[in-house]
Amino acid sequence: MKHLRRSLIFLRPNTLLMTGAIISLVAVLVSNLLSPQYLQRAIDDGISAGNQSAIMNAVIMLLLLALLRGVFSFAQTYLLERISQNVAFDMRNLLFNKLSDLSFSYHDQQQTGQLMTRVTSDVEVIRQFVGQGLLNLVAAVITVIGVIIVLVATNWQLAIVELLSIPIIFALIGFFISKVRPLFGVVQSRLGALNTILQENLAGIRVVRAFAREPYEQKRYLTMNEALMDVNITINKRSSVAFPLTFLTVNVATLLVVLVGGIKVINGTITVGTLVAFLSYLVVLIGPVFGIGFLATAIGRAAVSAERVFEVLDARNEVEEKPGARSLGQIRGDVEFRNVVFKFAGAEQQALDDVSLHVPSGHTVAIMGRTGSGKSSIINMIPRFYDPQSGQVLVDGIDVRDVTLDSLRGNIGMVLQDTVLFSGTIRDNIAYGRPEATPDEVVAAARAAQADEFIGGFPDGYDTLVGERGVGLSGGQKQRVAIARALLLNPRILILDDSTSAVDAETEYQIQQALDKLMRGRTSFVIAQRISTVRNADMIVLLDEGKIIATGTHDDLLRENALYGEIVDSQLRKDEPVAAAEEAN
Amino acid sequence: MQRRGGPSGRGPQRGGGGGGRMDIASLEYAAQLADEKAANAGGAARRLLAYLIPFRSKLGLILVMVLTSAASQAVGPALIGMATDRFIKPNGDVTGLALTMGGLALVYAVGFFAARSQIALMGEVGQRLLSSIRVDIFQKVQRLPLGFFDKNPAGDLMSRLLNDTEVIQTFVGQALVQVLGSVFSLVGIIVAMLIQSPLLALVSFSVIPIMLIMTRIFSLWARDAYRRTRETIGDVSANLQEEIAGIKVAQAFNRTQAGQQEFARRNALNRKATMSATAITSAFQPLVDVLGTLATAIVAGYGGYLALQGRVSVGVLVAFVAYVQNLFRPLQLLSTAWTQAQASLAASERIFELIDTPIDLQDAPNAQPLPAVNGSVSFENVSFAYDPAKPVLNNVSFTAEPGQTVAIVGPTGAGKTTVISLLARFYDVTAGTVRVDGHDLRTVTQASLRSQMGIVPQDSFLFAGTIADNIRYGRLDATDAEVEAAATAANAHEFIARTKDGYQSKIGERGSGLSQGQRQLIGIARAILAAPRILILDEATSSVDTRTEVLIQSALNTLLKGRTSFVIAHRLSTIRQADVILVLDAGQLIERGTHDELVALNGLYAELYRRQFRYAQN
Repeated sequence: MKHLRRSLIFLRPNTLLMTGAIISLVAVLVSNLLSPQYLQRAIDDGISAGNQSAIMNAVIMLLLLALLRGVFSFAQTYLLERISQNVAFDMRNLLFNKLSDLSFSYHDQQQTGQLMTRVTSDVEVIRQFVGQGLLNLVAAVITVIGVIIVLVATNWQLAIVELLSIPIIFALIGFFISKVRPLFGVVQSRLGALNTILQENLAGIRVVRAFAREPYEQKRYLTMNEALMDVNITINKRSSVAFPLTFLTVNVATLLVVLVGGIKVINGTITVGTLVAFLSYLVVLIGPVFGIGFLATAIGRAAVSAERVFEVLDARNEVEEKPGARSLGQIRGDVEFRNVVFKFAGAEQQALDDVSLHVPSGHTVAIMGRTGSGKSSIINMIPRFYDPQSGQVLVDGIDVRDVTLDSLRGNIGMVLQDTVLFSGTIRDNIAYGRPEATPDEVVAAARAAQADEFIGGFPDGYDTLVGERGVGLSGGQKQRVAIARALLLNPRILILDDSTSAVDAETEYQIQQALDKLMRGRTSFVIAQRISTVRNADMIVLLDEGKIIATGTHDDLLRENALYGEIVDSQLRKDEPVAAAEEAN
Repeated sequence: MQRRGGPSGRGPQRGGGGGGRMDIASLEYAAQLADEKAANAGGAARRLLAYLIPFRSKLGLILVMVLTSAASQAVGPALIGMATDRFIKPNGDVTGLALTMGGLALVYAVGFFAARSQIALMGEVGQRLLSSIRVDIFQKVQRLPLGFFDKNPAGDLMSRLLNDTEVIQTFVGQALVQVLGSVFSLVGIIVAMLIQSPLLALVSFSVIPIMLIMTRIFSLWARDAYRRTRETIGDVSANLQEEIAGIKVAQAFNRTQAGQQEFARRNALNRKATMSATAITSAFQPLVDVLGTLATAIVAGYGGYLALQGRVSVGVLVAFVAYVQNLFRPLQLLSTAWTQAQASLAASERIFELIDTPIDLQDAPNAQPLPAVNGSVSFENVSFAYDPAKPVLNNVSFTAEPGQTVAIVGPTGAGKTTVISLLARFYDVTAGTVRVDGHDLRTVTQASLRSQMGIVPQDSFLFAGTIADNIRYGRLDATDAEVEAAATAANAHEFIARTKDGYQSKIGERGSGLSQGQRQLIGIARAILAAPRILILDEATSSVDTRTEVLIQSALNTLLKGRTSFVIAHRLSTIRQADVILVLDAGQLIERGTHDELVALNGLYAELYRRQFRYAQN
């Protein structure tokens, strides 16, 4: 509930709109309360008294009131939607900005789908509740109170008869909510399970057929389909009681008003017009009463969503710029790790354990080790994707935490493990890190990355759309675009993570050439996959369980270190053609 | 049943006011349905109706209930009107009033009962109908030719099917009975009004055409506006998805600020589009209200005039006020129902189209189960083409002895995948014969063939469930010990044991949470458990870390041992170990032999080999 209250701050910039909405709401209320009065006059002063002009006056007033209500209820609906859209707009932007600023350690623990849900569905729930529901709730409460006052003032006994229906309707809604709503959750999860089976049978059809598992899949699907149908039918049965019962309640209220009111007319306590007005107020009353019932129950859902949204907004950003951080400027590219200790959030083991390393400007470092030995952690410390728990990472002798993130990362080019391209043209993607690059520079970068040739093969060349709505590039093509993207930055420090996977031998060769060109003259950190890279490196860093266990050249390590030998051995096996070909020649 | 809120931009899914469900009579609902028509609406409607045949008697009962409910709505106000005329006046008749109200109570009770039964029955019919459509879709999906899935990506197919079944569900489960109810109550009310005062009735009806025309116009406006809303929210979601997925790259390249600006821009466009749609829909309801009051005013004004002249009674006036108020919702429902009917017919048509897709590959009527095989495989003059103008395989012949490993190599598009697809009989040959142990594949049942065959695809497809479930997919009755033994043979046991719940660890969607190498190992364990006589292996091209690579290689060696194996090979080590290498180019089998023989031959294989070597030397 605390979070829901906090989400009210999103209403604050909308004070003017809210004032307008409240004025409209009052105008609608006045019209709703006055209309039955004129209906009563039309009957009592007009028809019963035989006065034609009294009828006409009352009818004209009724029409004017309807117009008033029309105009202001339009204003009310429109303004409320505007407010709620503003709430959603601000909330989405805030969430997005927060997400794009949060460091890797946050994103490591989140799934894209989960975050998407928060920015879309959760925001939508809060939008409806805070932006619209809350004010509608206020409007409904005021309307109900207004009607009660008028009814009690007119004839309190008949008022009690009419108002009896309100608690009954609340009770029915309560029943519906408690008996039916929980089942909606069951429907969602069963529907989800059913759709997963269908999805798997579409995407994994070859496996299903290869193992002749059609009967098994069919049984799974039919069982879940049956289960889903059952719960849907149960919901339907319960709703089929709840909804007609509320209508019955309204009808019974009408009946009682006519009966009790009728007796009062016969006794001469009230006029026929008053009776008709009471019936008319009943109609005014029902809508808001339903509204209150359902909105009250929406609070719970909105509170859950608010909590999930604020969870993101309150997430601590592990990597934040120091106040007054200075710009790094042009660097030489000297990198040093001093006793760096790093642990992933929630992990038990240290990913980096007292790592010290000095890489002079222009050197190439190959980082080797088994999976989970800390290879990626090392390279992620340099652009400050993570901060160490203790120790320092220095670039040109300056602690990376003392400079702005922009200036630090602007000096570092990265080719990451999974090559992400964005929707847009190939040109946009290559110029991603330097949008102001000239077309010539883009082409030059692509050429150096061995990408120019295949890009030229597309009908639209560099203007070919890639990503969601564009052509699908192969893994190797994506990688070369990513290399061109890093090249265009002309960075002093270069980081390559596992950068050739999912390509055939021919492409791998081309990528290798592009990379060799890319590394020349820069301080380069490479998570090495190939023996050729290792041989050419100025230094090899061998990691095991977060510790640097050896540094040196290929030949040194081969002599001195058993683990290195083991890793190289498996590496060499992959490059078997070298040996085979050498023999053949 | 329940529509979820959320700007997915797909279907009409905006929950209103926190109530959870959207009013299907509302302009927003109709406007958000895709604007489309069935090519053959009559045909689609007949097919849909055919699904209703098993529910004939229930539908009859529903009809009775709908009629009863409509009648009670027409009679109620008339009874109140009668009471007003006869009993409710100074010194009137209390007994008469009480009796009339007793009658009214009875009418309401009957109305409640009828409405209740009608909703319950129709809901059930709708659910059962939907359930059988779902089953039909699923059964069809299982029999569709594989070529169908090449042309229709799973994601597209999935979202289309979900969307279409949902549109049908809403229409059949809710809209149909409401529309039916509306027609009857409309007729009931109109008849009741005409009986009580034809003149006043006709004058009151004058608002009906205005109402219909207004709804139509607003629907058209709303439809355009909502299309823009859908598009813009789709842009927001797409951008969001991409940026979240690529957040690390954005941070690495200092692009977060630019990304934020772009998101804010799309977000603003969506707000603008939504507001123009809102301007239309929020004007509609007040206009309907004004129109309703106009109708009431006509009744009160003209009716009052008639009452003064003694031509109608006050009771009739009271009844008419109630009737006029009840006239509008059915009218509104009817005017949006047309759009809904069209949308759901178009959706049904697409579903029926899927159900009607011809299946080219069926067991022959006299197909025999394939007996346990030794595993000899022969292709005799096999040709294959999806499209007669473009042959994919041309007159390919070869034989593999039981236990041999056959490596298939060749450039991309040479027909490698086609060879193994024909062997698994995912497709039928266009000409020639594929035989296993001398049996023509077309004369044996598909189930018996594939149960003796194991397939390890490039990217091992994993199902939602536990690791054990996924391995056991190879043989459903395998014991836990057998599953573990297979995992051990596939070098997967070590990493599985290290996961939190071991074999019972849940695998996320499509194997998320496991590395690609680990997924491959599970795929291999699955094939080992199936213990097939014939094995088909599409070797993965992607490189995994070196240790895993070694594990995979040795697991594959275990798997290939003693089985007739066909391998689409990318690794030289695999190729060199093969008993026979088949070299394909442009659908032709151009070379065959061992590695050494083919290198000596100095043809395409030697060239492919040299190209690999060239890269390696650098």
